[in-house]
Amino acid sequence: MSAEAYSLTLRIWRQPSVNIAGSFETHQVSDISPHMSFLEMLDVLNNKLEGEGKEPVTFESDCREGICGSCNLFINGKPHGPGDGMTTCQLHMRSFNDGDTITIEPWRATGFPIIKDLMVDRSGFDDIIQAGGYVSVRTGVKVDANSTPIPLPQAEVAMDAAACIGCGACVAACKNASAMLFVSAKVVHLNTLPQGKPERLERAYNMVQAHDAAGFGNCTNEGECEAACPKQIKMTNIAALNRDFLIQRVKSCFSCDCS
Amino acid sequence: MTLDPRIPDGPLDKKWESAKFKNQLVNPANKRKFDVIVVGTGLAGAAAAASLGELGYNVKAFTIHDSPRRAHSIAAQGGINAAKNYQNDGDSVHRLFYDTVKGGDFRSREANVHRLAEVSVNIIDQCVAQGVPFAREYGGLLANRSFGGAQVSRTFYARGQTGQQLLLGAYSALSRQIKAGTVTMYNRHEMLELVVVDGHARGIVTRNLLTGEISSHSAHTVLLCTGGYSNVYFLSTNGRGCNVTAGWRCHRKGAMFANPCYTQIHPTCIPQAGDHQSKLTLMSESLRNDGRVWVPKKKDETRAPKDIPESDRDYYLERIYPAFGNLVPRDIASRAAKAVCDEGYGLGQTGNAVYLDFAEAISRLGRDAVETRYGNLFEMYGRISGDDPYQTPMKIYPAPHYTMGGLWVDYNLMSTVPGLFVLGEANFSDHGANRLGASALMQGLADGYFVIPNTVCDYLAGFLNTTVDHSHAAFSDAVNDAKEKTQKMLDCKGKRTVDDLHRSLGKIMWDRCGMTRDKAGLAQAIKEIPALREEFHATVNIPGSGKDVNQTLERAGRVADFFELGELMCRDALNREESCGGHFRTEHQTEEGAAKRDDDDYMYVAAWDYNGPDTPQTLHKEILEYEVVKPSTRSYK
Repeated sequence: MSAEAYSLTLRIWRQPSVNIAGSFETHQVSDISPHMSFLEMLDVLNNKLEGEGKEPVTFESDCREGICGSCNLFINGKPHGPGDGMTTCQLHMRSFNDGDTITIEPWRATGFPIIKDLMVDRSGFDDIIQAGGYVSVRTGVKVDANSTPIPLPQAEVAMDAAACIGCGACVAACKNASAMLFVSAKVVHLNTLPQGKPERLERAYNMVQAHDAAGFGNCTNEGECEAACPKQIKMTNIAALNRDFLIQRVKSCFSCDCS
Repeated sequence: MTLDPRIPDGPLDKKWESAKFKNQLVNPANKRKFDVIVVGTGLAGAAAAASLGELGYNVKAFTIHDSPRRAHSIAAQGGINAAKNYQNDGDSVHRLFYDTVKGGDFRSREANVHRLAEVSVNIIDQCVAQGVPFAREYGGLLANRSFGGAQVSRTFYARGQTGQQLLLGAYSALSRQIKAGTVTMYNRHEMLELVVVDGHARGIVTRNLLTGEISSHSAHTVLLCTGGYSNVYFLSTNGRGCNVTAGWRCHRKGAMFANPCYTQIHPTCIPQAGDHQSKLTLMSESLRNDGRVWVPKKKDETRAPKDIPESDRDYYLERIYPAFGNLVPRDIASRAAKAVCDEGYGLGQTGNAVYLDFAEAISRLGRDAVETRYGNLFEMYGRISGDDPYQTPMKIYPAPHYTMGGLWVDYNLMSTVPGLFVLGEANFSDHGANRLGASALMQGLADGYFVIPNTVCDYLAGFLNTTVDHSHAAFSDAVNDAKEKTQKMLDCKGKRTVDDLHRSLGKIMWDRCGMTRDKAGLAQAIKEIPALREEFHATVNIPGSGKDVNQTLERAGRVADFFELGELMCRDALNREESCGGHFRTEHQTEEGAAKRDDDDYMYVAAWDYNGPDTPQTLHKEILEYEVVKPSTRSYK
């Protein structure tokens, strides 16, 4: 690790609101340590702008340790920037070189309208979860947690899918702006577990319906989502989702009650 | 005013049962006549909103985030305690209760802690039913691990992301209620004022963070679930958005603030790398199960850690605390790290770091087993530090993490403002002067799922068929107050940035009211903070307007409250002439350097009543009585 300080040129998307056209603005930053995180580098820029009485760049972040899913920058043409399996807040400046020009954009998708600068509206994801991303149990169940053993491999599949942080990188990476990786992660998490089985088919069907209604595009199996996912959620989840979705679709076509 | 904790009569293990029976109920048909406001939707808030919505109340839930799923509960890594005794290692409700009281250094309320231990078992059942993917053994049953400060394995976990999975569970339950129409969700809304009508909490004022609109919302009761205040230090393990604003604005309206000086400094965080640092990252203390903490025996050691032979290493926790070793509670581990670093044995340029070494665990268990247990934590460490912890020991140092203090509440979780309930980390809680690992998730969910549904009804039952008059002047007055304060900050247009001023406050707090405190330093801080607060209000520079997204304005409002809180923390720390748990006064230590309590004079909860920004708060005491546990000197040797 070198201890040098970088000077960088930043091309940042600025847009006052969804209805006003945006454009790139260029800024120079210097004295950037390679040990800084990417967002700390943007903090430096914003502090400089604030000191000059100018409006800082609006971007989202909270936990800054890769778990809350708030941060969402499209850096040099890639969701969350260079490096695999990490969020924007986990990206450090050592991934760049002195003198680099870095282009920073918001997620761009119909389902994620821009709010301001690099901040977008991801409430479509909440709509999808509200359509079926839960197990319908009441608080205060009296079933002992160990009464239903769950084979370890099954629990691992559920946990792998449950690791989704809802950041939206899958949508930003997809040429169709599809959120099927997000939907499938929740569906596979719950449908794999015995607790989620009773509502398995309706869940898949209703969540896909909500996905379409929220303005996300169709999945055409390009695989960009898996490559961009900071939690490395697998595309095979989408196949599992499609299976449950189709069964329910066929059942509903024939208004069949059988399971 | 006397503080009445309203602890139910009867033997300790029957108090909760008796309270549930004695509390008045609201019948199912009447529940929908009551409006309930829930502020904050982390573990406590989401669980409360979901549970109350499901019961039939009309719930309005508010969060500053774009979605309830982003609350900082999500970042808890290690796990959640429950007295299930699945391991057959001697655990019980009583033992969890005892460990928590002892861990809190005998400064918590016995009855509350016992209730927490009782409902801990229900939480695990609840979460599994919701589909939380806890770790399992090959036989398909739930796995447990041990955690700092406990000699039994009672911690349930989901890899290194237990908080995430529990929060997503509560978020899913909340989402189900939003869909069902029992909960109305207000994302990106920040609470700025509490509305008090005729002495009762009857609503809140919020700012819509997208449009800047400041408006009021009415209800029969307000539940505050807004987390802790570690960000008063600027650098902490909290998320950037964590703040004390909602709680502090309630304090200004009469809710007493209890034990503000009880803060927890977490022992295993990644050390600060430079002045640019925006937050500190915690590494789960589950790492101490297999990692060994050490420093070189030689000051100014220049050899790489792998080249330092065993004989030249000081495994100081194992040396000083042979019984608990690397698993001593957080406050003890943190102070021990500070002590060795202060003596000059710390690592690196700053001298503020110690090793956490996995070499022994890797040779004993194999790399794969270590990876299964801690893989994602190792990966996280590698990304931030640029080092590979499988090859070289991690470097760690303590950082502000959790705050045991908070708004004072009685046994029913009601504050000193009738109708205002406080849940989770935001209340002064069940943890006394120090919280044990894996107990924060437990308390948040206990309060939200199991306590509040059984206590809020007792308050509401007294207001059946009453409506809250939203046109009451208290609402418009509170809105005007909030607007005025916001505009005043915007109009200042001074020279200093919000972060700059916040960093200055953080430095005072860390130096004077951090891991160790003393009289002179605290007195100094009490002079410095108001001066800095004045400087803030005279020189803060907030570009932009209040009419749309303005993140600088949001931060400024929160930092303004941190100034007032910081001063109170120092006053509380100065008042408490003893050392207990996370509060360590250098004047009060044993010859061995351990915390020295003064049970005769300080076995009380310090609850502070607001008197205006420029007048010190008035102290009220809730004397703590121990009927079951005999307070002893906490020893982990």
